Amino acid sequence: MVPLNWYLILSAAVFMIGMFGFLTRKNVIIMFMSVELMLNAVNISLVSFSHYLQDMRGHILVFFIITVAAAEAAIGLAIILALFRNKQTAHVDEMNEMKG
Amino acid sequence: MEQTMNNALGFPILSMLICWPLVGAAFLLFISRTNEKAIKMVSLLISVATFLLSILLFSHFDKSTHLMQFVERYEWIPYLNMHYHLGLDGISVLFVLLATLVTVLSVLISWESVKMKTKEFFICLLVLESAMIGVFCSLDFMLFYLFWEAMLIPMYLLIGVWGGPNRVYAAVKFFLYTLVGSVLMLVGIIVLYFYAGRSFNILELMTKAYPYKMQLMLFWAFFAAFAVKVPMFPVHTWLPDAHTEAPTAGSVILAAVLIKMGAYGFLRFSLPLLPDASREMAPVMLALSVIAIIYGGIICLAQTDLKRLIAYSSVSHMGFVTLGIFALNTQGVEGGILQMLNHGIVTGALFLSVGIIYERTHTRVIADYGGVASVMPIYASLFIVFTFASIGLPATNGFVGEFLILLGGFKASQWAGVLSASGIIIGAGYMLWLYQRVFFMETSQKVAGLQDITTRELMTLLPMVILIFWIGIYPNTYLSFMHPSVQHLLERVNGGSAPAVAVNAITQILR
Amino acid sequence: MMTSYALIPLLPLAAFVINILLGRKLLKENAHWVSIAAVAGSWVVAVMALFDVLSGAKINYDVYTWMLSGGFKVSVGFLIDQLTVVMLIVVTTCSMLIHIYSVGYMHGDPGYYRFFSYLSLFTFSMLMLVMANNFLQLYFGWEGVGLCSYFLIGYYFDKKSASDAGKKAFIVNRFGDFGFGIGIFIIFLTFGNVYYEPVFSQAGNFANASINFLGFDVHLMTLIALLLFCGSVGKSAQMPLHVWLPDAMEGPTPVSALIHAATMVTAGVFLVARCSPIFSLSETALMVVALTGAITSLFAATIGLVQNDLKRIIAYSTVSQLGYMFLACGVGAYTAGVFHLYTHAFFKALLFLCAGSVMHAMGGELNIQKMGNLKKYMPVTYITMLIASFSISGFPFLAGFFSKDEILWMAYSGGSPVGKFVWAIGTLVAFLTAFYSFRLIFLTFHGSFRGTHDQEHHLHESPKSMTVPLMLLCVGAVAAGWVGIPALIGEQIGVHNYIAEFMKPVLGHPEGHGTHGEELGIMIFSTLVGLSGIGLAYFMYILRPELPGRIAQQFSAVHRVLFNKYYVDEFYDFIIIRPTIWIAKNVLIGVTDARIIEAIVNGVPNAIAAFSSGLRRVQTGLMQHYATIMATGILLIVAMMLLR
Repeated sequence: MVPLNWYLILSAAVFMIGMFGFLTRKNVIIMFMSVELMLNAVNISLVSFSHYLQDMRGHILVFFIITVAAAEAAIGLAIILALFRNKQTAHVDEMNEMKG
Repeated sequence: MEQTMNNALGFPILSMLICWPLVGAAFLLFISRTNEKAIKMVSLLISVATFLLSILLFSHFDKSTHLMQFVERYEWIPYLNMHYHLGLDGISVLFVLLATLVTVLSVLISWESVKMKTKEFFICLLVLESAMIGVFCSLDFMLFYLFWEAMLIPMYLLIGVWGGPNRVYAAVKFFLYTLVGSVLMLVGIIVLYFYAGRSFNILELMTKAYPYKMQLMLFWAFFAAFAVKVPMFPVHTWLPDAHTEAPTAGSVILAAVLIKMGAYGFLRFSLPLLPDASREMAPVMLALSVIAIIYGGIICLAQTDLKRLIAYSSVSHMGFVTLGIFALNTQGVEGGILQMLNHGIVTGALFLSVGIIYERTHTRVIADYGGVASVMPIYASLFIVFTFASIGLPATNGFVGEFLILLGGFKASQWAGVLSASGIIIGAGYMLWLYQRVFFMETSQKVAGLQDITTRELMTLLPMVILIFWIGIYPNTYLSFMHPSVQHLLERVNGGSAPAVAVNAITQILR
Repeated sequence: MMTSYALIPLLPLAAFVINILLGRKLLKENAHWVSIAAVAGSWVVAVMALFDVLSGAKINYDVYTWMLSGGFKVSVGFLIDQLTVVMLIVVTTCSMLIHIYSVGYMHGDPGYYRFFSYLSLFTFSMLMLVMANNFLQLYFGWEGVGLCSYFLIGYYFDKKSASDAGKKAFIVNRFGDFGFGIGIFIIFLTFGNVYYEPVFSQAGNFANASINFLGFDVHLMTLIALLLFCGSVGKSAQMPLHVWLPDAMEGPTPVSALIHAATMVTAGVFLVARCSPIFSLSETALMVVALTGAITSLFAATIGLVQNDLKRIIAYSTVSQLGYMFLACGVGAYTAGVFHLYTHAFFKALLFLCAGSVMHAMGGELNIQKMGNLKKYMPVTYITMLIASFSISGFPFLAGFFSKDEILWMAYSGGSPVGKFVWAIGTLVAFLTAFYSFRLIFLTFHGSFRGTHDQEHHLHESPKSMTVPLMLLCVGAVAAGWVGIPALIGEQIGVHNYIAEFMKPVLGHPEGHGTHGEELGIMIFSTLVGLSGIGLAYFMYILRPELPGRIAQQFSAVHRVLFNKYYVDEFYDFIIIRPTIWIAKNVLIGVTDARIIEAIVNGVPNAIAAFSSGLRRVQTGLMQHYATIMATGILLIVAMMLLR
């Protein structure tokens, strides 16, 4: 049996990849994918904890999260599409409407 | 001690007065914005109905008592001991009537002059009316504060959306100025709430005694809120901007009702809640009033803008009001209350009149006018009535108010009386000069061929003319409302030195 | 009976209301009927009141409570006594005649109805003033007549000079009313009352009282009297508030006759006479009144010597004669003052109406240097004006003779500390009055015509509606004085000094302290002085018409000062009007409002804005920056938690 730590290390690694991706890449789509990575990293740790504790509720929750994430991805992509249509670019540095 | 009376009318008239305009405003939401005629008619009907309803207050008010009348009291937020508590006494009742009347006239005067967003305009007007009535009726401090602040929003919109070219600056200035003052009042309210054992009940708070130091601090906290609203010197500078930029209806309501609330606040809260501080600070207040009278008057002499001149004249006239209030004697306070009413009527009428001619010429610069009396004789003769009422000619309401105030002021302090009496000279100076430049001399290009006023416009001005002469010739109709309440107030402020016998004597004479 | 007295003021009020509401559309050129009917009705009731008072009645009643506040109560009420009745007769009679005269004078004027409604309103206010039984109602009428005066001076409102003059009259009067108002306050605070009766009856109790006024201890009665006198000075155009009256001649001439000669301007004298119980308690106040009157009368008469404007000369003559009345009151001879008020009303109204008639004929021309020989064209006007001038000059047995003589005699012998001095000035003024009055007559009606040919062609006598009032007033100018024939002459012909006896209950009647011989001497002396004034005018303007020009050149500096009315207007402009407006513009608007208050008001938000514009640099608008900061923050928190 694979020890819990390995899962957690995997989860942390995926999370860090997602985070660095999010912070360093300039393309909105890739940033969005990085966000998904982070989400799923958390999912991994959740499901492994659930397995380790022998509790089914965690598994069920993960299914829910995946479903919601799918919906969220759909909406997120739609927003990105709308943004692209407006700006003709997917580069985040161009999107500084909130600059004070 | 019992401080309220049962509602003589048997139905919750004050709640109805507050709700009707709100219901009307809600109803307006459902009318198509293209149907302007219907929007105007509904607003007019609602405001007229509110006014007619408020006449019941006038006819059913018991003038022999200082107790609160038409009282309603329900729990609102029990946890904080807040109540929905309404009632009127002789000090506040007339202002409710003034508010309802002025709203009707404001609706009428806006009939043609509001060209865009008509629906929103009338909604603002009606919401404003509700809040104004609420301020004068509230007997719960939190409820009062709620209405006090609620009033700002529609007024802010009226100035900011339908105002003149510099409207946004004026609206923001108006809003922030008054808000800063009110915040300090809120602090004062909370202090009182905790000191008095968690109560917002104004009547209950009035019966308690507070240490002098606390009174003094609360006095200045309240001063911040009320003096800005009045406006007293030196916090008057928002008024000219707000008046100048506001649409006619906005100026009228601002002049007639909104700035009365400051003086009303002094009467309702500062004096009875903080009697010692009020007495001690009266000389300061008298001095500020005298400065306002003279300062506001002299500054009028150099104005080139019609509305700005009338706005500064308000500073001067409201100086008379605060002078009367802080004279702390019967003549002064009664004169002050009457003068609040008078100023509402006269300055309201002046702004209505200016609105009427502005609609025709689209200029507020005095130098553009001249010879209006030749082309608009009826308008000119109505305007002269307002001019002389503003100057305080006997037989108009201005005289009765100013005379009583000056008499009271003189009694309180000879210097205050003498200096502020010079205000009547300055007043004659700027108003007659204004009248001359606008109405007399040769007809200027801009006014040649103007139409005299229409029946609708005449209808907006006529009630004011009638009131001017009514109060001027038979002021007792209005003064008699105040006698017991003012007597009671002064007993509280002056520590019961004025015997209650006087009240009975007065009521005897009246019968 | 009592209610009918209320009709005296109410009828003109009704006429005003009817005219102002219906005049423009309905009555138009018939407006005068309403006003004349009303004033005639008032006149009838006033005459009835006269008989009631003659039969010993004294009416004092309240109509309704006007104001009531605490201990302050004041009513609209009427007091009809001897003094009131005399004023009622003067006011209604003059008013009625001038109404009739105006029908002809104002014929065809576009504002005809307006004119008559103002006249009615004026009559109402003036009657309210004289019939008041308390100070506040007096003040009501006081300001009311001021209002009508404002309207009527500025009647031709499209002329700048007319609207200026109206405004000036009102504002200058306000200066006087300022003192008057404070006087009323002190009366209320002293007596707890503003009704005449209790105030006058208790005034004696305060004869020696003093009061701290603005930090000075002053004699109470002197203070009250002088403050009330401030009002009089304004309304009756005495120094230093006389400046408005000459300008008031911008109004139509009937107005000058009614308001600015016969009635309104005498309200100040009426006030002093009415308050004689207060004035009599203060030697100082009386002296001030006498000296103000004397100096004003001299001052105005000297200006009158050199003016060329027909109406302005008469206006200065009015100021001068009003000074005479105050002089009389100031030496304690209230009856003589009121007597002169009454005779003056007739001859001065007549002078103005004659001037109006001349203007009518000359097509609005007012410069007497451009007139001459009008007696040929306007005999009625000439004769009536001549008689009026004789009357004002104190020609024996005309109205002005008796009243003027009474004043001079009382000044000389009345025991006032300044009596002899003001007598001397009064006599000098009598000389000047006779001179300028006849200068006017000679330049206007004698010599050769100096106007344009067109004007000469147009010369004509005025219509009947104008000449008939002239003739009626002329009767007054001759005979009005016969009710006040002094005992000295009266004893010879078997008549009494009726007016003095009549007024005695209200005004008292001080006896002069002198012998019959002295009295006769004074009378003859002043008559001679008047006649020599007429003689000098005859010499200078008929016999040697080139002389005045030469004298003017010789004394050009004096002439310039007189011609420019001692530069009083310019002086006021320089010390009051300009500085006030300068302060308003450059100090109040420019410094306190803009630089101090607004600087603070706008400064606070500006400071906040400056602070936040520093903060806004942090907001780059780039999501990744925010995310980086957030991530760093989380790491830091986690690190802290781990290391703790």
